[in-house]
Amino acid sequence: MHEIGIMSSAMDSVLAQARANSASRVHRIVLRIGTLSGVDPDALRFAFDVVAQGTPAEGASLEIETVQARARCPDCDLEFGVASGFIFTCPKCERLCSELRQGRELELARIEIS
Amino acid sequence: MPPETDAEESPSFQIRPMSPPPAAQDPKGSLRSLELKASLLDKNDRLAERNRRYFRSRGLLALNLVSSPGAGKTTLLERTLDEFGLQVRCAVLVGDLETDNDARRLHRPHAPVAQITTGEACHLEADMVARGVEAIDLAGVKVLFIENVGNLVCPASFDLGEEVRVVLLSCTEGEDKPLKYPPIFKSAHVVLLTKVDAAAVLGFDVEVASRNIQRIAPQARLIRLSARSGEGMSEWYELIRSLGPKAI
Repeated sequence: MHEIGIMSSAMDSVLAQARANSASRVHRIVLRIGTLSGVDPDALRFAFDVVAQGTPAEGASLEIETVQARARCPDCDLEFGVASGFIFTCPKCERLCSELRQGRELELARIEIS
Repeated sequence: MPPETDAEESPSFQIRPMSPPPAAQDPKGSLRSLELKASLLDKNDRLAERNRRYFRSRGLLALNLVSSPGAGKTTLLERTLDEFGLQVRCAVLVGDLETDNDARRLHRPHAPVAQITTGEACHLEADMVARGVEAIDLAGVKVLFIENVGNLVCPASFDLGEEVRVVLLSCTEGEDKPLKYPPIFKSAHVVLLTKVDAAAVLGFDVEVASRNIQRIAPQARLIRLSARSGEGMSEWYELIRSLGPKAI
């Protein structure tokens, strides 16, 4: 359950931003989470309810955008998406690739405040 | 009861999502959107980068050892300290939720060791490593082994500032574990298949496991070894030497 720790540091940033912008309320929080980030979105949602309690972000809507993994084949210079699974086989030459272009994101994308 | 044919169009229950209550005090009354694009692990990532700079400035090779509990991290390090550690000065930071059992197992006159007990945390973080390093004498140390908390999920997300991430898979586990826990294997520079001396008796197919590792982690160097029989250990030591600063 490292999601609680990740969510509480995210909440620190959210509340600091809200304070810096003289907002009294956080309405929406948007996260971008890569499928290879090692973080479970459901556990993040659960953690959010816990860490938001009693803060200006309590009751805010939490949106999680999933970022699908994309890899690159160095031989074909081809970037390709991986719909499911984590074996990155180049669709052109079938080489197994390790170069990840996206999919590890753990990002606080934006917030809505008032 | 509505007729069955209508059930799909107008169910007997209703769901009304509640929108957040209006702000109690909203002097401006205006909703503003802020684009942040900030990493959720920003604090850890910054501390990890600081650790990395510190290790590099000292000419120290830091390895982060990650695996499930019981995959053989401590046994591997015991033998490594007893053999490789006699030629190259090594230090160990070892993380567990509780007890200093592993630090006591690893304690050697020629190798400084410190235990990090994380309490509740299921993984090490960069600041724990920074504080752990302060607790040991790094004079002359060329290789720092960081034995992470036994966990194949959470440590994947936390950079400790290591140069090399080593993931262990033991023959007492399933051959398909790399397929089940891809993030950690994806992040590995080195994968060690441990306890290979027991593979036959366990009915563990080393070839299948190796193929699975290579499919998930084609970037990783794979070594099959046994800290008990000694098989593969010299390859492991050579790898450490090849990864480290020239002085090793």
